[in-house]
Amino acid sequence: MSRYLWPLGLFVVLAGFLFAGLFLNPREVPSPLIGRAVPAFSVAQLGAPDKTFSPADMKGKVWLMNVWASWCVSCRQEHPLLVELAKTGAVAMIGLHYKDERDAGLKWLADYGDPYLLSAHDRDGRIAIDFGVYGTPETFIIDRQGVIRHKHTGPLTPALLRDDILPRIRQLEAS
Amino acid sequence: MRHLFLLIALSICALLPAHADQAPTLADDPAVEARVQHLGEELRCLVCQNQNIADSHADLAMDLKKQVREQIAAGRTDREILDYMVERYGDFVLYRPPLKATTVLLWAGPFVLLLVVVLLLARRLRRRTVQAAAANTLSADEQQRARALLAGEEKQV
Repeated sequence: MSRYLWPLGLFVVLAGFLFAGLFLNPREVPSPLIGRAVPAFSVAQLGAPDKTFSPADMKGKVWLMNVWASWCVSCRQEHPLLVELAKTGAVAMIGLHYKDERDAGLKWLADYGDPYLLSAHDRDGRIAIDFGVYGTPETFIIDRQGVIRHKHTGPLTPALLRDDILPRIRQLEAS
Repeated sequence: MRHLFLLIALSICALLPAHADQAPTLADDPAVEARVQHLGEELRCLVCQNQNIADSHADLAMDLKKQVREQIAAGRTDREILDYMVERYGDFVLYRPPLKATTVLLWAGPFVLLLVVVLLLARRLRRRTVQAAAANTLSADEQQRARALLAGEEKQV
């Protein structure tokens, strides 16, 4: 009897692994930047090209950095949520305007609302490479000391914001 | 008739090589380009995860190739360039993951599996030999009969 149960058992185990694999997200790649200092950069702001932004300006605050572009469809999808979040004043948000023309970015913000304190203009995507960005939109949580605490790849959803992002921010602000 | 000429003309056009489609290579030095190609084959494109950045035409892959080119120009070694990528995108960016505590199973797994299978097979073969030997053992009566048969005394049996 056991000679027939053996392959069956093997099959069940294998099928179990493959079934579980169906629900994993292969795009969710763990970032090596979690727990490390935010990469230093200084770049022109989108709305005020004569002014620059550097992450050091945000020292002492818990903040979100959201990577977006006018050509990014998923960014359009999560954008109303960010606008809502900005209205509550729960957290300071900085945009990283990624590989996009200044005019297109400004028009996009005028059309759909601007939830950001300001957006840094990463025209050629060089800063994004330092952040390990590979799929817009991406959202980073950075603590008071300027350490990256969390990264989310892909559009935020109301549930994700409520159950994951906001609790993390509250926790960082409390500490 | 006019249609036929048009058809022929179009066919000829289609056969001409389309130079405009080729991706521009920024490094003029073929040795540098060879290194970019070689490193690109070691690096996974995170946008299209089953392609390396040498093959990929995704925007990010283009940008990363540009980075590799610039770093080669700046005199960095291959090791340094790969480390640069791992620092940003993690081990996942490497097609050949490094041997670490978390990747031991990945590296050793196939060999462990092979060892287990060989042991199982050896055990099975040994058991079969013992069984076959047991089946071949004759009882005292059978041995006597066998001896008789061999001696050519079949008729009497």
